[in-house]
Amino acid sequence: MSEITAEQVAHLAHLARIELSPEEIESLTKELGSIVDNVAKVTEVATPNVPATSHPIPLVNIFRPDVVGETLTQEQALRGAPEHAEGRFKVSAILGEEQ
Amino acid sequence: MTTANDLIHISAADLAERLSSGEVSSVEATRAHLDRIEAVDGDVHAYLHVAADAALERAAEVDRLRAEGDAGLGPLAGVPVAIKDVLCTIDMPSTAGSRILEGWVPPYDATVVRKLREAHLIPLGKTNMDEFAMGSSTEHSAYGPTRNPWDLDRIPGGSGGGSAAAVAAFEAPFALGSDTGGSIRQPAAVTASVGVKPTYGGVSRYGAIALASSLDQVGPVSRTVLDSALLHDVIGGHDPRDSTSIPDTWPSMAAAARAGRREGAMKGMRVGVVKQLNGEGFQAGVTQRFTEALALLEEAGAEIVEIDAPHFEYAIAAYYLILPAEASSNLAKFDSVRFGLRVNPPGGGTVEQVMSATREAGFGPEVKRRIILGTYALSAGYYDAYYGSAQKVRTLIQRDFDAAFGRVDVLVTPSAPTTAFRLGEKLDDPLAMYLNDLTTIPANLAGVPGIGLPIGLAPEDGLPVGIQFMAPARADARLYTVGAALEQILEDRWGGPLLSQAPELAVATAGGTN
Repeated sequence: MSEITAEQVAHLAHLARIELSPEEIESLTKELGSIVDNVAKVTEVATPNVPATSHPIPLVNIFRPDVVGETLTQEQALRGAPEHAEGRFKVSAILGEEQ
Repeated sequence: MTTANDLIHISAADLAERLSSGEVSSVEATRAHLDRIEAVDGDVHAYLHVAADAALERAAEVDRLRAEGDAGLGPLAGVPVAIKDVLCTIDMPSTAGSRILEGWVPPYDATVVRKLREAHLIPLGKTNMDEFAMGSSTEHSAYGPTRNPWDLDRIPGGSGGGSAAAVAAFEAPFALGSDTGGSIRQPAAVTASVGVKPTYGGVSRYGAIALASSLDQVGPVSRTVLDSALLHDVIGGHDPRDSTSIPDTWPSMAAAARAGRREGAMKGMRVGVVKQLNGEGFQAGVTQRFTEALALLEEAGAEIVEIDAPHFEYAIAAYYLILPAEASSNLAKFDSVRFGLRVNPPGGGTVEQVMSATREAGFGPEVKRRIILGTYALSAGYYDAYYGSAQKVRTLIQRDFDAAFGRVDVLVTPSAPTTAFRLGEKLDDPLAMYLNDLTTIPANLAGVPGIGLPIGLAPEDGLPVGIQFMAPARADARLYTVGAALEQILEDRWGGPLLSQAPELAVATAGGTN
């Protein structure tokens, strides 16, 4: 069994910016443990002399002339935002009281 | 005379011919499909959005162009098509099955959608899917599951269960799907439809809401091999807006499919059966139909060879590290700032707290599971052991493919280990759910193309069984030839398509269901 703890899941949830409930942390701790146990088998064959593949079909850069193409208007870019003002995305405070 | 009933049952290729000869109009064809959706989609729930008015307007426009003798109309002009909700559409909501994107209408079309419009196809609507394409049953859609037209208590596969069910229930002649680990091919298997995952980079992904960028590929879903080929010809090719798009020119997939229907198409074709993806762990009826299909191919002149692919058994493990790692990065964009849902915690909060509350409310359980898993796999101290090792397994699987394609022209496996299971059966067991993509994942890891098509019903449950062929990267055309050849052999034996054996769906009328 891998040693995934509830504290670890809570920390991962913070890193991933998901406010998990205590019940979700509990069930995810169990599920993650069994998933990690199963996927850990990749280490059996991943020996040091095997190169890693990040991209299935090797490609080199394809360049286009450096001219302005079609872009979204400000109105189009803001249209889907939950809140916007003065041509910008609007968010709440960046810093909390303790910061 | 062509009746509305004919219009929904014929293939896209036949419909295109009748449109071009003037025997039927695009408005008639579009209305027939909209009526069918109205009649059966209450039960099937293949669609998340139906754009009836826009579809009829576009159809009328195509009819007008045709009447004027417009020479610029493509071969599929006026044929209706369904679009998986993972693809951005400027005139329809694009939610990827997630609450976090509920009602979001993108400011641009995906390239494949733009190509459909330029070829004068008629978008009918957006099809249901597992949230952000994470799942094998469509049960992870935030908007409720799609049901399998063969048995409404069973899953239609996933993540593209909506597109597969739409074509299998005659709610569209064909559809677009996306396939990251089997999301086109596995739904095809359990609904007796056809689906193709093209070579990685063969079809543009610009405007496809990304799940795992080194695996995702857009492709066609249909009832016949030729129809998938025709759609592939419309959507394929280089796109400067997708940096992973291959700049090759491609042969006509439709011509390749037609070549498969000629006498002797399979003669001398070397077909490799992957030892690791056959027998053990497969439902008896799946293995039986698969074995029979191999015998038919051999009878048609193919040479059947057993292939050893020793690293395929590590594919699922590698996939469930690479996919969550990439997904956790891709889904970071759902931050409550630029688009989609925003949930303010009680009493307000910092942007970080708003983001966390939004993602808690907007993501479903499978998405959270994979984001947390991906965050873990990428975190310091684990990266080399997990993500790094998974990338090495990817190399080993590519080498298995290279060795195999040195000996054979195509590889063959069942498309899925079982027939359609019951809704709810595997929902609480993520590991059992992940095993459904056992045979389809290797192609995504290696970037090679795959086609799935029906090969019969399993004797024990009367449900569809699918077969998958895989070819070397860039050899997509070969899959259409082989697929069309086997399809013709099987349909000759069955006396028609397998889908004609599907049970009739109850039809809703204004007064209720009869």
